[in-house]
Amino acid sequence: MPVQDYQAVIGLEVHTELNTATKLFCGCVNEFGAEPNTNVCPVCLGLPGSLPVLNAAAVDAALRLAEALGFRVPAQSLFARKNYFYPDMPKDFQISQYEEPILSDGSLDVDGTPVGIERAHLEEDTGKTVHVGGGGRIHEADHSLVDYNRAGVPLMEIVSRPDLRSSEQARTYVAELRAVLRAIGVSDVKMEEGSLRVDANVSVRPVGSEAFGTKVEVKNMNSLRSVGRAIDFEIERQVGQLDSGERVVQETRHWDEADGSTHSMRVKEGSSDYRFFPEPDLVPVAPSDEQRARVRASMPELPAARRARMVGEWGVADADAQILLNVEGLADYAEAAVAVLHGGTPRDVAHWCTGAVQAFLRETGTTPAVLALAPDGLAELVDLVADGTLSRSQAQDVLGECLREPKRPRQVIAERGLAQLSDEGELASVVDRVLAENPDVVTQYRDGDAAERKKKRGFLMGQAIAATSRQGNPKVLGDLLDQRLST
Amino acid sequence: MSRSITRAEVEHVARLARLALSDEELDGFARELGVILEHAEDLAALDLDDVEPTAHPLPLVNVLRPDEVRPSLDRDEVLGQAPAVEDGRFRVPRILDAP
Repeated sequence: MPVQDYQAVIGLEVHTELNTATKLFCGCVNEFGAEPNTNVCPVCLGLPGSLPVLNAAAVDAALRLAEALGFRVPAQSLFARKNYFYPDMPKDFQISQYEEPILSDGSLDVDGTPVGIERAHLEEDTGKTVHVGGGGRIHEADHSLVDYNRAGVPLMEIVSRPDLRSSEQARTYVAELRAVLRAIGVSDVKMEEGSLRVDANVSVRPVGSEAFGTKVEVKNMNSLRSVGRAIDFEIERQVGQLDSGERVVQETRHWDEADGSTHSMRVKEGSSDYRFFPEPDLVPVAPSDEQRARVRASMPELPAARRARMVGEWGVADADAQILLNVEGLADYAEAAVAVLHGGTPRDVAHWCTGAVQAFLRETGTTPAVLALAPDGLAELVDLVADGTLSRSQAQDVLGECLREPKRPRQVIAERGLAQLSDEGELASVVDRVLAENPDVVTQYRDGDAAERKKKRGFLMGQAIAATSRQGNPKVLGDLLDQRLST
Repeated sequence: MSRSITRAEVEHVARLARLALSDEELDGFARELGVILEHAEDLAALDLDDVEPTAHPLPLVNVLRPDEVRPSLDRDEVLGQAPAVEDGRFRVPRILDAP
């Protein structure tokens, strides 16, 4: 059967590192990129006798997510030990949540379709291993090196229901979830730094079938783009297998960005072999009504509502609002510019943000927060277009320079003598002078037919624009000229 | 209803725990673990319908700490305890065999 006769069934597990100041169970700094093994202590090194104590900020983060995605918060949740032998955890177990997660039954709207989220739970991240020899591949390595700075960093694992049906939907889900996590301020959500990681459970079934096919877990997707590519590859691979009469094997596969395909990973231990049991060193978490009320009162506007406001009040296209929200800090930047507009429109602010500003951010890998052009500088530019000082194409040039150099639009205009001259009084005297200097042309215009008039008007316009050193606003000059020629 | 633990189950659990047990030890643990399981099954005879399951014996919830940084250990001291070190990291033997 061709691919379109199959339906894909996709569920996503998103791991997001929380941006708390400290780790989940100890006071070591939670930061990316520190010198190896400098943020470690007896708790996160699993030294005998050390005891974990839960970080209150991680519980707050979970409660914020509960407010954002409508999760149920059970009266109590428990931590559990997940036992396994792998040197990325010095304790030989990871503290996670198993049967009683802190959040259950949430949902996220993906292009108008509610996607169920089964659960979200807190757990500690593992250390980082580097494999030495054998090209850095674990199977061929001579030995491995471990850095425990990341061991114990708080993670929230968010597990969707198998409600997604295409790679496109899966990408949108991740983008939306990322926007929510960023908006509620609980994570940096940087996929390239590993603070947001996505695993996908993918299966296929004939269209119309109710039963699920055999699912395959795909790991190691490091960007939104690779989430889409890996799922598409996996769907095609599974359809190909079914079509050639083979069975899909339940397994974990590794996405290889370079060769654009998934590879079978050797099975480590099945989930029943993790021997989960309640963590004896941590007591249950039971968020109080007061705590939940406090969190509720501090919730920011969520991306969906913000997008609706940008579309409704600013008159921005939905796709553009999406860009503003999906690029880190861009919506805040645009809002800050809109707040100080004098004459320009929010829609124009959005136009430049999704255009030149976004392109510049992508090119340079920077964020709006560190742009040389502060939001009020962009507002200045938008206002200068609105009041006719700059044409749009001039504004494009000015903006380009302001993004590259720490300069304000007015400064660039002054330096380049760019400003469009729009002052009506000033332009009126220019027009009057041009008419006075060319009485013959005026006479020929008045006596001429339509073609002759058009020609003479063009000549006079050219003279007028030249007389303003090409800075006169053509529309204002034209209006003034027509006014005088018609009397 | 009594259920004894098989030798194969002991072998499996020992493998998961990376324990190398001799034949005598396997037999011994099968017997001892069987006794422990039987003891746990005594509980099944009790009527516990009105008892809430508990994961902890203490009537305590929400033992939390504020999100405040505390000093970490000195790296040289930490790595000084390790049997092997390379590049500021713990050096461990090859993790998986070649496929």
